[in-house]
Amino acid sequence: MALSHLKSSSSGSNFLRPLATAFSLRRPISTSTDPLTIETSIPFTTHRCDPPSRTVDTSPQELLSFFRDMATMRRMEIAADSLYKAKLIRGFCHLYDGQEAVAVGMEAAITKKDSIITAYRDHCTFLGRGGTLLEIFSELMGRQGGCSSGKGGSMHFYKKNSGFYGGHGIVGAQVPLGCGLAFAHKYNKDDAVAFALYGDGAANQGQLFEALNISALWDLPIILVCENNHYGMGTAEWRAAKSPAYYKRGDYVPGLKVDGMDAFAVKQACKFAKEHALKSGPIILEMDTYRYHGHSMSDPGSTYRTRDEISGVRQERDPIERIRKLIVTHDLATEKELKDIEKEVRKQVDEAIAQAKESPMPEPSELFTNVYAKGMGVEAYGADRKEVRAVLP
Amino acid sequence: MVMATSLRRCGRRLVSSVFNNREFSTTFQGNKAIQQQHEQLQETGKSLNLCSAINQALHIALETDPRSYVFGEDVSFGGVFRCTTGLAEKFGKKRVFNTPLCEQGIVGFGIGLAAMDNRAIAEIQFADYIFPAFDQIVNEAAKFRYRSGNQFNCGGLTIRTPYGAVGHGGHYHSQSPEAFFCHVPGIKVVVPRSPREAKGLLLSCIRDTNPVIFFEPKWLYRLAVEEVPEHDYMLPLSEAEVIREGSDITLVGWGAQLSIMEQACFDAEKEGISCELIDLKTLIPWDKETVEASVRKTGKLLISHEAPVTGGFGAEISASIVERCFLRLEAPVARICGLDTPFPLVFEPFYVPTKNKVNSCYGNLTLDGKWVICWWCLDADSGCDQSNSKLLVRDW
Repeated sequence: MALSHLKSSSSGSNFLRPLATAFSLRRPISTSTDPLTIETSIPFTTHRCDPPSRTVDTSPQELLSFFRDMATMRRMEIAADSLYKAKLIRGFCHLYDGQEAVAVGMEAAITKKDSIITAYRDHCTFLGRGGTLLEIFSELMGRQGGCSSGKGGSMHFYKKNSGFYGGHGIVGAQVPLGCGLAFAHKYNKDDAVAFALYGDGAANQGQLFEALNISALWDLPIILVCENNHYGMGTAEWRAAKSPAYYKRGDYVPGLKVDGMDAFAVKQACKFAKEHALKSGPIILEMDTYRYHGHSMSDPGSTYRTRDEISGVRQERDPIERIRKLIVTHDLATEKELKDIEKEVRKQVDEAIAQAKESPMPEPSELFTNVYAKGMGVEAYGADRKEVRAVLP
Repeated sequence: MVMATSLRRCGRRLVSSVFNNREFSTTFQGNKAIQQQHEQLQETGKSLNLCSAINQALHIALETDPRSYVFGEDVSFGGVFRCTTGLAEKFGKKRVFNTPLCEQGIVGFGIGLAAMDNRAIAEIQFADYIFPAFDQIVNEAAKFRYRSGNQFNCGGLTIRTPYGAVGHGGHYHSQSPEAFFCHVPGIKVVVPRSPREAKGLLLSCIRDTNPVIFFEPKWLYRLAVEEVPEHDYMLPLSEAEVIREGSDITLVGWGAQLSIMEQACFDAEKEGISCELIDLKTLIPWDKETVEASVRKTGKLLISHEAPVTGGFGAEISASIVERCFLRLEAPVARICGLDTPFPLVFEPFYVPTKNKVNSCYGNLTLDGKWVICWWCLDADSGCDQSNSKLLVRDW
C-alpha cells in the first residue's frame, strides 16, 4: 500500500508526492482500488447552480485506466489519419485527438444504462461506450465487421447494447433527439439520463434552443454537453457566437463550465450533472477542450489558428500528459511503465487495423437492406417498371 | 462551339477515368486531337475550372452591384471548396462574411436582405445541409411575393450549394436534393454543367428577379476545365440547350450527370445509335418546348439524374412529355437514376446512374424494341467486379 489517502482539501498539496512512496522505489504498476482524491485543475464556473466540489474521488486503478484509454484513443485517431491519407478510409472523417478527456471522464461518471448521443466526431465516444478497436477500424474502412456493418462509416457509429445512439451527420440535429431519449428514461423511471453532445459550432443552431426549451419545460433528465473546441469548422467561436459562454446560453437552464482537458473535472461535472438532471431537469456542461486535428480530413487546421496556439495547448493542457504527470507524482507507475503501456496500445491498434483489413466488404445486396423494416422493402423495377420487379430485402 | 465544348469535356472524362472514375482533383491532361479541335473554335478566354468560374462570377456580381453580398459558413476564408477565395479581401468583410453554422438562419437572413432590394448570395456548404433551411425556402422565400400581393419579394436571393456524388462522400455529402425544390412554385432551380455555363448562369441567377437555388456540381469543381470568357456575360434561364444532335433517342439531364450521358452517347454512336443530348439547365420553370421538339423528332426519351428515381425530377419530365408527345412516343420514357436507397457510402458505384446503365438501356430499346433490365449491369470501371454483380442479382 504505497499510497495514502489524501484528505487535504487545500489546493496544491495534492500534487505533492505522498510520503509513503519514499519507501517503495521498485514496485509493480499500482492497480489498487483504494480511494484517492485529486483536485481539478481549475474551479468550475457556474450559471444558476452551485458548483460541485473540486475534490474528485478516484483510485490508482482509475487513473491508470484513464491513461490507457486516452492513449488508445489518441493512437487510434492518429492511425485513422494515416489510413485516410492512404485512401483506405473514404468519406468524411473527423478526429477527436485532444478531446479525449471528455469521452473518458464522462464514461467514468455514468453507467451504460445512461444514453449518449453525439455528432459526427464519434470514434472515441464509441470506444468509451465499450466499442472495440476492431469494430471502429472495420467501420472506418467500410467493412462487414464494423459497428454499423460497414454501412455508416466514420460519422455513423452506434452501439445499442450500451446506449450509444450514435454519430449524427448534420450539425446540431442530434440534440433534440436527446430530449426524446431523456423523456423515455423519465417515463420508464429507470433512473438513467441522456447525454446529448454537440460542438460550439452547433450551439448556434436553432434546434439547440428548441431542445433546451422542451427539456426545461418538461424537466427532462438530459445533460447537454457542449464540447467547445473553440472552432466551428474554420470559424473561431467568437466570430460565430455573440456569447461564447455556452454554459450560460440556456438562460433558464443551469450550466457549468468545465475544463474539458481534465478528465477528473469532466468526471466530477458529469456526476454532478447526472444527479441534477434526475432531480431537477436539464443542465448544460460546457467542456472547454481543443482538437489538434483540423475539422475534417480536408482541413489542415492551420489556416484559421496559429501553430503556436496548437503547440501551446499540447504543452500546457494536453489531457494525457496531465494524467501522466498525476500518475508519476503519485508514484503509481514510472515514466517507463507508461511508455510501455503506450507501446502496448500502439500494438493493439496496429493489430486491430490488420484484422479490420481482413474483414470483407458488405454484401452488395446490403445496399438495399435497412431502408425500411424487413419485409416492407423498396420495390425495385427494371427501367420500364414492369419487366423486372422484386421486393428488396 | 457547343459541340467542341462537349467533346472536350468528354475527352477529359475519358482521360480522368483512367486514373479514378470519381475523384475531386484530377486535372485534365488532355487528348491532343480533341484539344486542337477545340482550340480552333475557342472564344477568347482563360482556361478555368468550375470552381474558378464561380469565383469569377461572384467577383463580377459584387463589382457590378454595390448592393450585393456574399455570406455563408466559412466563405470569407474562401469556403470549403475555395469558391469564394479572394472576395473578402477585395470587397471587405462587410460584404463578404462568415455566418454561424445555422442554415435556417442563413436563408432567413438572406430573404430579409433581399427584401430590401439587395442581392443576397447565400452559400449552404453542402446541399445535404439545406434541409434545416427548407422551411425558409419553401414557406418564406417562395411565397413572399404571392402572399404580399406583390408588395414584397426576395428576388435578389440566390442560394449557392454544392450537390452530388464525389466518389466517397457518404450519406451526407453526396445527395442531390433538387427535386424537393422543384415542387415549390415561386423559386427557380438551376444546375450548370460546365465552367462557362456556371459563370453565365450564376450571374443570371444573381440578377434574376426571383429567388433561385443554384446547385453546383461539386464533382466538377476541379475536374471540369473550359475556356471561360473573362467578361461579364449572362446565359438565359429556363432555356434548355441541345448539346449534341441526334435522331434515334433524346437524352435529358443536368449538371454533372451530363458528362456521364455524353460518354454514353459516344459509346452508343459506335453501336450506330444516334443520341440527342439536352442540358435542361433550369429545372423550374423548365423548357418543355425544347425537350418536346426533340422527342417529336426521335420518338424516344431517356432521363438521367443522380437523385433516387422515385419522385425525382425525371418523373415530372416524363409525365409532361407523355402528355405532349403520347402518340409520337415509340417506347416508354426511361429513367436511369439513383436507386431508391439512401446515398450509400461503400456502394456508391452501384447506386449512381453510370454510363453503362444508360447505355444498356437505350441499347436494348433500339435493338430489340423493348426495355430490359438495366440497373444491375455494372460498370467495368466502377471498381466492382463480376462476382459482385452476380451477388447483386442473386437476391431476386
